[in-house]
Amino acid sequence: MSPPSHANRPTAYAHVRLVDPASGYDGPGGVIVTGGVIADVIRGDDLGALSKDVEMIDGRGAMLLPGLIDIRVKTGEPGAEPKETLKSAALAAAAGGVTTIVVQPDTHPVMDEPSVVDFILRRARDIGLINVYPAGAATKGGEGQRMAEIGLMHEAGCLYVTDADRPITDSKVMRRVLAYAKAFNVLVAHRPADPWLSAGAAASEGEFASRMGLPGVPAIAEKIMLERDLALVELTGARLLVDQLTTAAALESFARARSRGLPVTATTSINHLSFNEIDIGDYRTFCKVEPPLRSEDDRQAVIDAVASGLISVVVSAHAPAPAEDKRLPYDEAAPGAVGLQTLLPALLTFHHEGRIPLIDLIRTVTSAPADLLGLPAGRLAKGAPADLVLCDLNAPILINADKLISKSKNSPFDGRRLQGKVLRTVVDGRTVFGG
Amino acid sequence: MNTTPPGLTEVLQRTFSFPKRHFLSVLDLNEVEVASLLDLADGFVSLNRQTSKKLDLLKGRTLMNLFFENSTRTQSSFELAGKRLGADVVNMSPRASAMSKGETLIDTAVTLNAMQPDLLVIRHSSSGAASLLSQKVGCSVVNAGDGQHEHPTQALLDALSMRRAFGRIAGLKVAICGDVAHSRVARSNIALLQMLGAEVRLVGPPTLIPPAADRWNVQIFHDMREGIAGCDVVMMLRLQLERMDGVMAPSQREYFRFYGLDREKLALAAPGVRVMHPGPMNRGVEIDSEVADDLSVSLIQDQVEMGVAARMAVLTSLAARLENDR
Repeated sequence: MSPPSHANRPTAYAHVRLVDPASGYDGPGGVIVTGGVIADVIRGDDLGALSKDVEMIDGRGAMLLPGLIDIRVKTGEPGAEPKETLKSAALAAAAGGVTTIVVQPDTHPVMDEPSVVDFILRRARDIGLINVYPAGAATKGGEGQRMAEIGLMHEAGCLYVTDADRPITDSKVMRRVLAYAKAFNVLVAHRPADPWLSAGAAASEGEFASRMGLPGVPAIAEKIMLERDLALVELTGARLLVDQLTTAAALESFARARSRGLPVTATTSINHLSFNEIDIGDYRTFCKVEPPLRSEDDRQAVIDAVASGLISVVVSAHAPAPAEDKRLPYDEAAPGAVGLQTLLPALLTFHHEGRIPLIDLIRTVTSAPADLLGLPAGRLAKGAPADLVLCDLNAPILINADKLISKSKNSPFDGRRLQGKVLRTVVDGRTVFGG
Repeated sequence: MNTTPPGLTEVLQRTFSFPKRHFLSVLDLNEVEVASLLDLADGFVSLNRQTSKKLDLLKGRTLMNLFFENSTRTQSSFELAGKRLGADVVNMSPRASAMSKGETLIDTAVTLNAMQPDLLVIRHSSSGAASLLSQKVGCSVVNAGDGQHEHPTQALLDALSMRRAFGRIAGLKVAICGDVAHSRVARSNIALLQMLGAEVRLVGPPTLIPPAADRWNVQIFHDMREGIAGCDVVMMLRLQLERMDGVMAPSQREYFRFYGLDREKLALAAPGVRVMHPGPMNRGVEIDSEVADDLSVSLIQDQVEMGVAARMAVLTSLAARLENDR
């Protein structure tokens, strides 16, 4: 970390390509940072006369973007620290250009009351690397039966409520959570998965799973639960975040709800954008995620939905699982993939393929999640927090899972060649990685 | 030991070197390899019918049977195969030992590997378990059934039974009937029979046919009478009784009525039809005893006999490869 004097001494990031989805600007320029916030954003090549006490950081044409905001991250803290601590996750995030994370409540104990929310915020302050916010549990113990202290957790600083991987199966409970959360204007996130169709599944139902003898869940399990959730949104008027849309069938339902003006937003994960079920190959458990990897048709539909803006937020779905939980027969292995450090380069793939314009891609991990959660970060604007990433857009990298910073190395990107290298990550004006 | 039958001596003398280190999946094999294995197995059938059955092809070798799922039939088949070839055979049933104390499959594999076995035969309830094990050990691994994925030696012994009964496999119409969805026997058989030129049909209620199986180049029938009409082989699969109590089928009696093999349905098959079953059978549920015990149509006893010979062929081929490695 840089000495504290940095926070006071102005810094200029010059000769960079600014990519700022919030303003729609993608072009040459620079950013001046004072006291942890963005003091000025200069568009064009001419930075003008800078006073002598400004520290100059020459970007040499690299891309400067707002620090990434990843709103679905699991660590092992509290309760499963050998998997990942808040600190190891923060270090991995910093190395990946992620400056804000929202951690999931399915910890031990479950984050279902304000003292656990407070614990996370305090630990994050002590670590001091990146911004860490908790999501609270929607129900007590995340068990889907009785409402958690949604109002108190909101007051304590949780950004939304969710039962994370566990769908709330009881429609009456889901209705109450939505109705109650609306009174506090709290966003409710829910993963759409019909629990009965999903029970025991290790893969997506289809020719591949049948051939491999893996129990499968049909893609429509996502649509069935989503339709219920959308109907309950219509009933309650609450804001819903659809956690990880991954199938073409569910996207159809979601598009209809959006076109009717329902207050719903959807995410998808970088895993479902990058891999399909065939990547499981000879039972590669690093590719076991939840929801399971889908067919190539579904993956293409998800990419199209990100391109069109129907899915507005992309998450890493960072879920550390140590070797002992992954080196098992496929159906016994833990689901989940680490992704904080690979999110940005993996996302840039769609720019390099000419599939999605750069600024639209970056929006899904900066201003879109910031706007959704009401965060001041995620933009290159005067007065915004100086959370920045300097990135060589074209540099080739080879992902070696063993060298990732996370305590767990379960990356499906292991061995993949990607393009885009994080050169420096800045949080509140402080360099927390590279430089 | 000078008891090798002439036919076997001839087969063994042919220059065939099995190129694989493991025997995990039918999809790893090609037609030439399968033909060689079947020829070799044929030779072992003659040997097994002699008074003196012992050879020394695997002398000094250690064969470990690692059965995470109970199976008296398959385990003793491999045990006999190993012993008749002169190997030292050890049977491990990990369920009763360390595995229940939280040791993982990999831990067990590494421990056993340190005991320097030459051949490890594994049966496990998870698909892919044999493949996972093969990545962590230095010896040859034989898949004796992994979850709902494959049971390649069963497919080999079934092919051997069919080839001996019909003199060929190409062109045979084979109906695989019953719980195809949960059957590793079916998956291995579909792949092997198609490779050898048979026409494969799947017969069963929609709940027991694997999703998207229509993409396997098979014909699917939900009406058993239509499905076995004109077939040369009717291969019945075992259906676990607990799946029949309203889970995958409403009841045993309803299942037997529509999908059980009896004389009446069998009469629709081709003249000279043969009936197969991997065992153990649920008599009166998926197959009528009258059919199962009729030696003029049933190949079920042959299958058991062919099992030992087919496994001897697999073990011999893998051991020969081990020899080449050293």
